[in-house]
Amino acid sequence: MAAFLVGLLLFCSPVTALFDQPLYWKGIPLLYLYFFAAWAMYIALLAWILRGKGE
Amino acid sequence: MTAGATSDETVLSGSLIILVSLLYVCLLFAVAYWADRRADKGRSVIASPTVYALSLAVYCTAWTYYGSVGRAAESGVGFLPTYLGPTMAAALWGSLLLKMVRISKSQRITSIADFIASRYGKSHLLGGLVTLIAIIGIVPYIALQLKGISSSFSILLRYPDIVMPRHAGNLPFWTDNALYVALVLAAFTILFGTRHLDACERHEGMVAAIALESLVKLIAFTSVGLFVTFGLFSGFGDIFEQARQAGHVKPLLRPAVGGYSAWFSLCLLAGLAIILLPRQFQVAVVENSNERQLRRAIWLFPLYLLLTNIFVLPIALAGQLQFPNRGVDADTFVLTLPMARESQWLALLAYIGGVSAATGMVIVETIALSTMTCNDLVMPALLRRWGHVPPGKDVSRVLLRIRRWAIVLILLLGYLYFRLAGETYALVSIGLISFAAVAQFAPALISGLYWRGGTRDGAVAGLAAGFTVWLYTLLLPSFAKSGWLPMSFLEEGLLGIDWLKPQALFGSSGMDPISHCLFWSLAVNLGIFLAVSLLRAPNAAETAQATLFVDALKRDRPVGGGFWRGRAEVDELIALAGRFLGAARAREAFAKHAGKLGMRSASELPADAYTVTFAETLLAGVIGSASARVMVSSVTKEEPLGLDEVMGILDEASQIRAYSHELEQKSQELQSATAELRAANERLLELDRMKDDFMSSVTHELRTPLSSIRAFAEILQDNPDLEQDERIRFLGIIVTETERLTRLVNQVLDLAKIESGAAEWQNVRLDLGELIRQSVESTERLFRNKGVRVSLHLPERPALMWSDKDRLTQVMLNLLSNAAKFVPEDTGTVDVELHKYPDGYLVQVSDNGSGIPADELPFIFEKFRQGSGGHEKPVGTGLGLPISRGIIEHQGGRIWAESTPGEGATFSFLLPESP
Repeated sequence: MAAFLVGLLLFCSPVTALFDQPLYWKGIPLLYLYFFAAWAMYIALLAWILRGKGE
Repeated sequence: MTAGATSDETVLSGSLIILVSLLYVCLLFAVAYWADRRADKGRSVIASPTVYALSLAVYCTAWTYYGSVGRAAESGVGFLPTYLGPTMAAALWGSLLLKMVRISKSQRITSIADFIASRYGKSHLLGGLVTLIAIIGIVPYIALQLKGISSSFSILLRYPDIVMPRHAGNLPFWTDNALYVALVLAAFTILFGTRHLDACERHEGMVAAIALESLVKLIAFTSVGLFVTFGLFSGFGDIFEQARQAGHVKPLLRPAVGGYSAWFSLCLLAGLAIILLPRQFQVAVVENSNERQLRRAIWLFPLYLLLTNIFVLPIALAGQLQFPNRGVDADTFVLTLPMARESQWLALLAYIGGVSAATGMVIVETIALSTMTCNDLVMPALLRRWGHVPPGKDVSRVLLRIRRWAIVLILLLGYLYFRLAGETYALVSIGLISFAAVAQFAPALISGLYWRGGTRDGAVAGLAAGFTVWLYTLLLPSFAKSGWLPMSFLEEGLLGIDWLKPQALFGSSGMDPISHCLFWSLAVNLGIFLAVSLLRAPNAAETAQATLFVDALKRDRPVGGGFWRGRAEVDELIALAGRFLGAARAREAFAKHAGKLGMRSASELPADAYTVTFAETLLAGVIGSASARVMVSSVTKEEPLGLDEVMGILDEASQIRAYSHELEQKSQELQSATAELRAANERLLELDRMKDDFMSSVTHELRTPLSSIRAFAEILQDNPDLEQDERIRFLGIIVTETERLTRLVNQVLDLAKIESGAAEWQNVRLDLGELIRQSVESTERLFRNKGVRVSLHLPERPALMWSDKDRLTQVMLNLLSNAAKFVPEDTGTVDVELHKYPDGYLVQVSDNGSGIPADELPFIFEKFRQGSGGHEKPVGTGLGLPISRGIIEHQGGRIWAESTPGEGATFSFLLPESP
């Protein structure tokens, strides 16, 4: 449940707007980088939570 | 990657493409066959959590494979919510999906229609309605897949030229390859899904094949992505850089057209669709083989989605750079980019990836829809015609035939829609329109898992209303935009009524069509569902099912068998099951069930509620729960349970739970009571010991002066001729000792009175400073004799308070005389201080005597504990401090001592202004 709220914050809130700026890292737009980095982190978080629960 | 062919020779021909496609389908079938064989041997391949997560990826259809790039070219990161929604929703699967899986396992639920119908009292009406909505919502989506395969085939056929396919509607239908695609798929689906009738409606082979398809489409898409990013360009940065110079990047990175609300509703829509789409329900719930699989899927499936999306934006940008004059549809970039660079094998791989995405979706969706059609539309009608008793011996053949026809029919419907809709808006936007249709299941399904109050009428009314709104605000407008309905319908509202404009209901403009439809349809759906449900209390069947669904995750969950009463013949039940399953399989299932209960054969089974429920769930796996209930009741003499009785059974169960809970509580209370008693007992023993100590101390203290009085009195008696001086000295000692004795007795009495609360207190208004000054004055002689300097630190203002003057003086005298006892002669100093506190006074008496050893400090206020500071036995009774403590505590204050041995001691007490 907490992870779901984190997800809402990461992908469905004005937080995304923060990264919507014409900045580039090695030519890659910031927003594109943000989405995939946040996405990967979110998946890692889910995996970590489930590992914590054990079998 | 196989991009080996040179540009001169063209290997790709129509027959080769068809051959490869067919070979691919054969490979799938081989995998499915192999998995089925493994399953029969009990070594299931699909038990693996990874295979399960891959099979969930049937979510990614041709619409994802080709369409994502198209959406990205059109609206930038707007393609992402469709995949972020499920990612976020995955966090909730641990409870939501787990509950659905568990319910479906225990009740043998085979489709989403069955699930909803079963929740609301196994209703035929509800199941039929859900099926109808699903078919209307999904058939266009199937059409989209057919279009995906057929147009990618047409494009590849023209290799090396890149020509967009003409609209298929202009061709005679027998030359339209989409028709053949539909037919091949129908045949394939029939082979996959309806080879035999399974009691739990699981398709191991199909799932294995779908998992393989998911791998193929991921590999194909990633290959194209790698080729484009690192072959045509030199990495991500290069593509974005070039695209930025060409002016493509900036508009692409605006999040979703329509802004924040559109973004949010797309996430919501996709998050719901991931479990509500019939095909997703099929792979996620029905085909789930153990709950452990869920655990891995929760993170592995989002990871899959992440991988499929990394290259979407680069491919879209590369496509726009490659085909600047927009002659090429962005939806085809995945295929046309490799073609433009004449790497035909990669193009073929891309094509196969698209085929796998489309076939996977079509196969699972059609199987799920055909099961629903058969169980929830056709069976109820047949049952009504047969009058509840199926004729003939083996109905399973009839069932299989119905399903096969349903598959063919659904695919032909899809083809028909494809022919009619063609390239129009109605087809292109159908993905989200389908999602919005199945989102209508959410209120009835999700609240059914957590709320007991929902009724069948509420669910039917809510679904029907939500569906109508969807039809009116999304499907009909898409027809209008395709030119099948007059645009005036869209622009002026129905019959020209302004507030009925389908995409601005009641004047709610400013939302994009999807958000608008989602908001209104779900609001109406949920509102009517709740309102109608609250009109009447749930009846017996609904209450029974509500308990099974809502309490599914509880450890002591109820078992279905409780809710049946009547008479039944086991043989008849077996015979009935045999008609649907085949006699041998039915007998086998019953024998297994009997074995589980510890019986040797099925004939030993008692004809009780549990056996009947077993038969019903067995049948439910084949014909759906609603029909199964009707069938079973046709051979058993069920006495209908009233609501009261169902409530009674539920009450009984909950009472037993309550009792055991109460018992647990009682035993805990007992335990804590025992502990309290033990503590009280220890306290009593302690008090008893203290009383003994006190008695022996008192007698000891009394005996010392008594024996010296007696000794001197005897000397005086035995020696009458003693000298006058001696006599006077001895009499003096006797008097002193007697005074000491009197003092001791008085103090003991005093302490006893204070401790028992019998002492009398006379509280008056007094000045504490004045009282201290008087006490110091009256002890002045004591100090002067010893050469001790006493200094007073009193505030200027009078320290007024309520207290007992004599008692307080007693305390002061006690502390002062104590100090006088322990300070050294001539060099001794005693400080007396008074401080005002917010609601009381602090008095401190400090001396520079020998102090109190740390190990004695805690006991200094106990009876007969005299300070041993001076090595010699100090004068006093050992009751002064206990009495002082008694007085101060009685007045609501606190007294304590601090000391550094060798440097002196400080006695302090804190008194409130009024006790």
